[in-house]
Amino acid sequence: MKRTPFIVRFFGATPKRGWIAIAIAAAITLVLLPALHLLVPAGSPFHVSAYVITLVGKIMCYAIVAVAMDLIWGYTGILSLGHGLFFALGGYAFGMYLMRQIGRDGSYQSDLPDFMVFLDWKALPWYWTGSDSILWVLILVLVVPALVALIFGFFAFRSRIKGVYFSIITQAMVFAAMLFFFRNETGFGGNNGFTDFKRILGYSITAPETRVALFALTAAMLLATLVLGRYLVTSKLGRVLAAIRDAESRVMFIGYNPLYYKLFIWTLSALLCGIAGALYVPQVGIINPGEMSPANSIEIAIWVAVGGRATLIGPVLGAFIVNLAKSFFTVAFPEYWLFFLGALFVGVTLWLPDGVVGLWRKLRDKRKQGSAA
Amino acid sequence: MSGISILHLHEVTVSFDGFRALNELSLDIDVGELRCIIGPNGAGKTTMMDVITGKTRADRGKVMFDQNIDVRRMSEPDIAHLGIGRKFQKPTIFENLTVFENLELSMKMDKRARTSLFAWLDDEARDRIADTLRLIRLDGEAERQSGLLSHGQKQWLEIGMLLMQDPKLLLLDEPVAGMTDDETARTGELFKSLAGKHSLVVVEHDMAFIAQLGGMVTVLHEGSVLAEGDLATVQNDQRVIEVYLGR
Repeated sequence: MKRTPFIVRFFGATPKRGWIAIAIAAAITLVLLPALHLLVPAGSPFHVSAYVITLVGKIMCYAIVAVAMDLIWGYTGILSLGHGLFFALGGYAFGMYLMRQIGRDGSYQSDLPDFMVFLDWKALPWYWTGSDSILWVLILVLVVPALVALIFGFFAFRSRIKGVYFSIITQAMVFAAMLFFFRNETGFGGNNGFTDFKRILGYSITAPETRVALFALTAAMLLATLVLGRYLVTSKLGRVLAAIRDAESRVMFIGYNPLYYKLFIWTLSALLCGIAGALYVPQVGIINPGEMSPANSIEIAIWVAVGGRATLIGPVLGAFIVNLAKSFFTVAFPEYWLFFLGALFVGVTLWLPDGVVGLWRKLRDKRKQGSAA
Repeated sequence: MSGISILHLHEVTVSFDGFRALNELSLDIDVGELRCIIGPNGAGKTTMMDVITGKTRADRGKVMFDQNIDVRRMSEPDIAHLGIGRKFQKPTIFENLTVFENLELSMKMDKRARTSLFAWLDDEARDRIADTLRLIRLDGEAERQSGLLSHGQKQWLEIGMLLMQDPKLLLLDEPVAGMTDDETARTGELFKSLAGKHSLVVVEHDMAFIAQLGGMVTVLHEGSVLAEGDLATVQNDQRVIEVYLGR
């Protein structure tokens, strides 16, 4: 019985390079950047500012979402334009805990979150029960997005809704959810959402140590997501997903039921988005229904397209490229950002169908051919 | 003929918006038989395969597999697990996977998602794939991306995928379309060698190929059986000539 060693399957012919890449990424995000922020004095040119830590932390949350999106879009061929919902649900779930951690330090010095006092509510609604417990809230972070995805996915995939119809329905789903969360009566702060957080686990949320801990946690989660993704796409399940993308009817006629395969990867993708949302909210300090705006969900697809579909590192690069560009543009030329984003998407679709990673591979092959000739 | 039925259709009717694609079609295939089905366009050949494999539901009638299994309410994957394999008119393979991976996924085994998550190939499975690769003459192409194969090779790969399933009944919709004469002849030899162990239903337009296969021929017309018999009998049947040549 010969079993391909897991490591070889994992990184192809050059397992060493894969491990080195992971080790370097871990060293930079888990040790170097935190140390440069905490230990180097603020005046030094090597000091990493709180702005950079927050920005990179935020983009790493987006990168987790991009990898999750790639699993369902790049590898399985199902384009979701509603992934912002799962991200926001994870964010709101964790935001409930952060709201409760404010305690009596809000503007109204009440046990209830400020927006509830403002609405003249006398007690927490039933679905806020247990929201002061970190354990319960973490369960919610994992369960709520996944459960919503499971139920939605079951009906959509069972009815064999595919392609552009599926994309449109997911877009409608996230839009409906946004309208629902905009209502004050929904009990999640209406259009203001949750903000003015003070503490997490009793620690000040703005303290450098807290920031760095959240940053490192996000980096570890991103690495874990990449490793999990790599396991999935090199497993037989991953090949069945690629087969569903290429010829779903053939998959059925050789005896696979695509429903359960799609449902698995769809739900897992939503779960990862929920975790990313929960890591995002304490770092950014706000969650509101704007996260569920249809444009946000479309942007997720653009990250993946820019980086390169059906590659795992591509979406991470795409998330960084687009969001760094966004940080620059929205400060320098705020009114042109959406034009730039649109042009980027059109350009990538026309000239870089395999994204940045595809471009890099093409150049590498060309150089190899050049040196061979 | 063995006389034991592998597939029994009894007065199967399928309508699309009032148009009867199948009109009280009755057909019997025996275990180990090689049956050819011909008929003009729109005669219901592909719809018949859709009904047998669960893609289309019959409005009325019986579809019995292996004598006592009623497949009319079963899903496509469940029917595939019973042992019915189907080749489409247009070669349908997984273009982004290698030839080897195409065969790997088709292999008869537990195909549930949670098994696939932890599945790996043992030596026996690798041997089976290697045997099939030789049979379909793609042993030199195992690691090649299947989308890059020639049309004829894709047809062979799809036949190979069917064989990996080890089905009792193979439904083959125009299997030699787009093949060279040489490839067609080799395909004919392969099918004849499969008959006996498997039952085959071949839909074709190529009369020379049907003559090579040499089995019983069924002529479909407007959703029901017009004539049945060996090729010579069918070709001399006055009604068949009328249908094919027009009045």
